[in-house]
Amino acid sequence: MFYREAGQYADSYAKDRQLLPLRQDKLGMMVILAIGFIATPIWASDYLLSALVIPWLILALVSLGQNILMGYAGQLSLGSAGFMAVGAFACYNLILRVPGIPFIGAVILSGLIAAGIGILFGLPSLRIRGLYLAVATLASQFFIVWCLDKFGWFKNYDTSGIINAQAIVIFGQTMNTPAEKYLVVLVIVGLMTWMAANMAQGSIGRGWMAVRDMDVAAETMGLSLLRTKLMAFAISSFYCGVGGALFLFAYLQTVEPATFNIEFSFRILFMVIIGGLGTILGPFLGSAFILLLPIFLNIMFHAIFGQAVDATIASALETVIFGVLIIVFLIFEPLGLARLWQITKERLRLWPFKY
Amino acid sequence: MTHHSIRNSALRGLTALGLILAVISPNVAVAQAQEQYFGIPSSRVGPYSAMGTGYYGGIIDYLNYVNMKFGGVNGVKLTWEECETEYNAARTVECYQRLLTKGNQRMVVFDTLGTPGAYAVINRMEPDNVVLAQYGYGRTDAADGTVWPWVFNAAGHYWGQVAVQLGYMAKKEGGIDKMKGKTVVHLHIDSAFGREPLPAMREITKQWGVRLIEIAVPPPGLEQQSQWLQIRREKADWVTFWGAGSGMNSTAITNAARVGFRRDRMIYVSFGGAEEDMVPAGPAAKGTFVTANAVPGKFPLIQDIQKVVYGAGKGNLQDPTRIGSVYYNRGVGAAAMWVEALKNAQRIANKPGKTVNGKEYRDGYEALDISEAKLKEIGIQGMLGPFKMSCAKHDGSERFRVMQWDGKKFVLVSDWEAAPDPAYIRKLIEESALKYATENKITPKKCS
Repeated sequence: MFYREAGQYADSYAKDRQLLPLRQDKLGMMVILAIGFIATPIWASDYLLSALVIPWLILALVSLGQNILMGYAGQLSLGSAGFMAVGAFACYNLILRVPGIPFIGAVILSGLIAAGIGILFGLPSLRIRGLYLAVATLASQFFIVWCLDKFGWFKNYDTSGIINAQAIVIFGQTMNTPAEKYLVVLVIVGLMTWMAANMAQGSIGRGWMAVRDMDVAAETMGLSLLRTKLMAFAISSFYCGVGGALFLFAYLQTVEPATFNIEFSFRILFMVIIGGLGTILGPFLGSAFILLLPIFLNIMFHAIFGQAVDATIASALETVIFGVLIIVFLIFEPLGLARLWQITKERLRLWPFKY
Repeated sequence: MTHHSIRNSALRGLTALGLILAVISPNVAVAQAQEQYFGIPSSRVGPYSAMGTGYYGGIIDYLNYVNMKFGGVNGVKLTWEECETEYNAARTVECYQRLLTKGNQRMVVFDTLGTPGAYAVINRMEPDNVVLAQYGYGRTDAADGTVWPWVFNAAGHYWGQVAVQLGYMAKKEGGIDKMKGKTVVHLHIDSAFGREPLPAMREITKQWGVRLIEIAVPPPGLEQQSQWLQIRREKADWVTFWGAGSGMNSTAITNAARVGFRRDRMIYVSFGGAEEDMVPAGPAAKGTFVTANAVPGKFPLIQDIQKVVYGAGKGNLQDPTRIGSVYYNRGVGAAAMWVEALKNAQRIANKPGKTVNGKEYRDGYEALDISEAKLKEIGIQGMLGPFKMSCAKHDGSERFRVMQWDGKKFVLVSDWEAAPDPAYIRKLIEESALKYATENKITPKKCS
C-alpha cells in the first residue's frame, strides 16, 4: 500500500535510470536530507554530534569504500584502515607543508594519494583471487602503518609519534564547533554516497559486478580486467583516504599510526558484512551497528542497573550481548541489515495483505 | 524466521531504540546544589582489564569512603558516572563527551589511565574547562604549566621515570662512569605510550656513553620471540620494559627466561608493573624490578577503606584480596589528589560546602601541596612521594621507588629515588613544550 509503484511511469530513458525512481523514495530522501541538514545541526547536542553522528558518517564512508571493492567488485581486501592512515597523514602533511592549500583541496588530494597506493597494492589482484588476495592485501595494512611509524618525517618528527590535526578552514571560515564539523562531514559523505550510487548503477558498477560474478566471462565479453579491478581498488582507496582524513580532522584530532591497526580494518570489514555486501545502504546500517550498539549497550546498562550491578560484570556482559547480536543477525539475515530494509519495503507494499 | 516475525522484531527494535534515545537525551531534573560530579572513564574489559578494575576500583572506593566517612567534602557529596572505554582512544573521546555534563552538573577532572586516551582528549581540556589529571602517564611535556595550564602529572611522568631507572642501573653497576659502554635495550609496545620515554632516554644514554637499542613490539605484544633473540644477540646489559596489559608483561618475562636473560636486569614501567603482571609468569618472574609511583601495601587509609566501605558491602572490587595491590593503591592515590584539589578549590574560591566549577577546580589542583604531614593526615604516608605543584611546575613527585618481585609479592629495594639530574629533565620538558607552543601558535602563560 505504501510502496506501490502503480501509476508511476518513466517516459524517457533518463527518468528510467534515475537513482530514486519512486515518488516515495524521493520523498523519503528529502525527509532524510532535511533531518540531516536542518534538524540535526539545530537540535542535536554536542555529544550526539561529535561522539556518535560524526564518527558514524565517517565510518560509513570508509565502509562504502570497502563495499565497492568487496561487495561490488568481489575483491576481498583487508587493508582499509591502512588506506585511511594514508589519507589522514597525507592530509596533515599537505596542510602542514603546502602553504595556502584549501582544506577541501587537501582532502581530495589525500584521497588521490590513497588511490595511487591502492592501485599499487591492487596489482596482485590480477593474479590471485579470493582469500589469497585478502592475505596479499594484508601486506598493505602492515606496510603502511610500519612506514608511517618508521619515518619521522610523516609525523613532523613528533617525539611521541602522534599528529595533531590543524583547524579546518573553508573559505576563511574556521570550523570549530561540532555542528560545523558535522556539516563538513555530511556534505562530503553525502556527495560521495551519491557518486557511489551512480557508479554502482552505471556501466562502471556493472563492470565490477560482472568481474565479481565471473571474471573469465567478463573478460570474454570485452571487459578489461586490469582496468576494472584497478579502478575498483583506486576508487575504494579514495573513499578510505577521504574517510581517514575526515577521521583525523573532524573527529579524533589526534592520531598515531597504530590507531589504524589491523583490528580497525577488521571492524570495517564487519561493518560491510553486517550491513550488506553490494549495497549502498548497507555500510550506513553496518557502521551504525558496530559503532553505536556497544555505546548504546553501555549507556543502557548504566541507566538501568546504575551502580546496582558490578561494573566489571556489566562491562563484560555488554561485550557478550554485542557478540550474540552479531551471531543472531548473521544467522537470521546473512545478507545483512540492508536486506531487512528491503524486506520491510516489500511488506509495506503489500500491506495490509500478507502476500 | 518468517517475514512476519522479522517485521515484529524490527518494530520491537525500533521501540528499544526509542527507549535508548529517551535515556540519553539530556536529563532535565534539577540536581542538588551540594554535589560535586566526577566522570570516570573506566576500562574494565579487554587486555588492560586488570589495570582498569584495580585503578578505577580504587578511585570509586575512595570517593565512596569520603562520602561515607566524612559526608563528602565540607558537606559536598561526591557523585560520579562511569563509562567503559575498553582502553580505546575513540571510545575514550565518546566517554569524555558523554560524561562532560550530567544534568546541570559539569565534569571538572578527567583521568584516562592511558597515554593514547590522554592524547586523544588533551586539546579539548582548555576550551571545555576540564582538568586532565594524568596520574603517572600521558604527555610528558604537559608538566610545563605555562603551555599546558589544564594538564597535570601528579604521579610523575615517563621521562622522569626512565631517568630514575637509568640512575638505578648506574647505582647497581657502581656509578655513572661504569655505565659507559653498556648496552641498554628499551623494549616497548609500539604506541605513543611505548615511545614516550625515548626522547629523554636518548639524551641521557648519549651523555653517559651507553649504547641504546630501541626494540618495538607490535600490539597486543603477545609475540616477542624475535625481539628477545635480538636482545640476546646484542648482549644487552639491561632492559627497560614499557609493556601494556598483563598478557604482554608476563610474556616478556617468560621469553626472557627462555633466552636466559636475567630478570634482575629488567626494569618494568610503573604502568605495567603490578601483581597481575607478575603472577601469570609464575616462578620466572622472580627478581624483576619495577619502578612504582604508588607503593602496594595496607596503609592506614587502605585499611580504613576496607573497614568502612567493604565492611558496609559497598566495595567496588570483586576480589577483596586485591585491596592494597599496586593498581588499587594507585587509584586511591589518584582519587586522593582529586579530593585534596577539591578542598583547595573550595578554599581558594571561598566556596566552602559549595560545588566548584572547572576553573576553580583547576586552581585547586595547581595548589596541591602534598607534604609528608599531609600524606600522614590522609593515611598514605610512604605510599606516595611528597610534592608541591606550582603555576609552571605541573609534575608531582618526580621520585619513584624501585620494587623487586620475590616470587609472591613486591619487596621495596630503594627509597624514593630522584632522577640523577632532575634539572636536565626539566630542561628537556621546557624545550619540548616550547616547541609545541611555537608550532601551534600558543602564547605560554606568564608565571611570575
